[in-house]
Amino acid sequence: MNLVGNTWVIAKREFRGLINTPLAWTILSLVGALLAWLFLLQLDQYEVYRSQLLNLSNPPGVTQLLVTPFFSSAGMILMLVLPMLTMRSFAEQQRDHTLTLLMSAPISLTSIVLGKFLGICGFLALLLTLLISMPLSLLVATPLDIGLLASAATGITMLAASFTAVGLWTSSLTRHPAVAAITGLGLLLLLWFLSAAGKNSDGGYSADALLPLLSTRYHFQKLLSGWVSSTDIAYFLILITLMLGLTVLRLHNQRYQR
Amino acid sequence: MLATSPCFPRCAPHNLTNMSSPTLIDVNHLYRNFNSAAAVIDVSFSLHSGEILGFLGPNGAGKSTTLRMITGNLAPTSGQVMIGPYDLQLEPISARRMIGYLPDSPPLYRDCSVKEFLRFCGQLHGISARQLPGAINRAVERCGLDEVRDKLINHLSKGFQQRVGIAQAIIHEPPLVILDEPTVGLDPRQIDEIRTLIRELGRDHSVILSTHILSEVQAVCSHVQIINRGQLVLKSQLTELNHNLLDATHEITFRTPPPLETLNQLRLVKQASQNNKNGFVLQFHDPVRGINELLQQSLNRGWGIDQLTPPQASLEQLFMQLTEEPEIGDADHVLEASQELTR
Repeated sequence: MNLVGNTWVIAKREFRGLINTPLAWTILSLVGALLAWLFLLQLDQYEVYRSQLLNLSNPPGVTQLLVTPFFSSAGMILMLVLPMLTMRSFAEQQRDHTLTLLMSAPISLTSIVLGKFLGICGFLALLLTLLISMPLSLLVATPLDIGLLASAATGITMLAASFTAVGLWTSSLTRHPAVAAITGLGLLLLLWFLSAAGKNSDGGYSADALLPLLSTRYHFQKLLSGWVSSTDIAYFLILITLMLGLTVLRLHNQRYQR
Repeated sequence: MLATSPCFPRCAPHNLTNMSSPTLIDVNHLYRNFNSAAAVIDVSFSLHSGEILGFLGPNGAGKSTTLRMITGNLAPTSGQVMIGPYDLQLEPISARRMIGYLPDSPPLYRDCSVKEFLRFCGQLHGISARQLPGAINRAVERCGLDEVRDKLINHLSKGFQQRVGIAQAIIHEPPLVILDEPTVGLDPRQIDEIRTLIRELGRDHSVILSTHILSEVQAVCSHVQIINRGQLVLKSQLTELNHNLLDATHEITFRTPPPLETLNQLRLVKQASQNNKNGFVLQFHDPVRGINELLQQSLNRGWGIDQLTPPQASLEQLFMQLTEEPEIGDADHVLEASQELTR
């Protein structure tokens, strides 16, 4: 009924709760610095190869050479960092008994979970803005392949959102934030490296391999290469829905605890 | 030693038996198991608007488990909870809208100021943006939080934190307020302040107050129920209970005892029996006037009262009696005792 309003209230509160903690700002500044350094490194490398590129008949563009590897490492970094951003969400509230406040209020579990998800995504938006503005800053000096950049940005946004959903679920499983973070990281690593299962000797994927299709990395890299297909978008949306659904289920089942 | 008839503290003046007022909460045959252990066994009770129910029991008897079930935080193994017209299981959101709940550990966001926290709670309960400032002001005022409204909750004393917890439970003006041990860990002055607050709440909310402190119930409640080992062992109105307790027996020792028949013939003596040569046990129709009569007669006829012991049966005694560890196979005995005492 009032799903949107309630979700918005929870999302605002979750966002405030995050920006009130030094942890979130530490993560934001450290990741920001690390990404900036990686970006400059990538830029340096491009300078080295530029003379050789001139000899090629159809050289890859600056966007492809810079953005794809840069976003690829950014994806890895997000995987390591996001569980720390999501770990407190439910675990700490359960430990401090503040979850009762939400569970006793006349709002649905869907509102609670969706609100928390959107709240964290709000903070994530700061990080992603920082990330995407780095390659965009090159526009001052050179034209960019905006289409490719948009596709890569979609990819990293989807990736980060699904990491957040996974982290939320593991946070609802325990009352210890550290346990939530470690479980979340384990699960993310597993989802990421599933792609290795179906690799051919030539580095491509065999046609009948199923496991890579379940991997976050597989779909992320397809988006990074500028190939926006509904399958990859759908994969991330399904992963997010599944994780948020499991979180709702977990909260629901808590009322039936034995 | 000469003592007069005991005077029980009366509860706050409010409507005790207003049967026409709507039933706010109706709990039917509630059971809850944790693994195979039964935490709550066949608990049923109801509460009308304007009543303050004291929910007594030793620690671990099932008070908090029951309260968590009637606020929708824990699903019962079986049984039904009706909040007003809503079934808590089937229409949880409508039902929860009627409840304000302070759990045994207050759910406070410690990184918020009091005002921010109450605003969030008001929004959770769907108070519109226009009415929110008024609602916050009312809750702040009622709970005496004016001087700390802009402070971080983390920096408040335990007493103030408890009050923020209560403010959180009443900000949306729910018909039913449920407080789980609101005075635990407070100093005597703070306890007194919280009690005054609860008494005030009783004027326009119904309150369920769980506690293991007996004087608290006698100080603020209109109804009392005692839970032990997951079962309700007593349900009563406090006035009725006090009345029954007054009805209990007085022990009297005379220096020169009159014959038993003489005592039985006194107008206000209901029943008299002899304990030993000098000691008697008396039951009065009206204890206060009955004792006056007895003293008068004693003076006139020179019986010489050595000792007069008023009935010791206080709520405390009743509580101890009802919640004592039963011998094996003695559970029924406790129930019988309670029925006898509340009849």
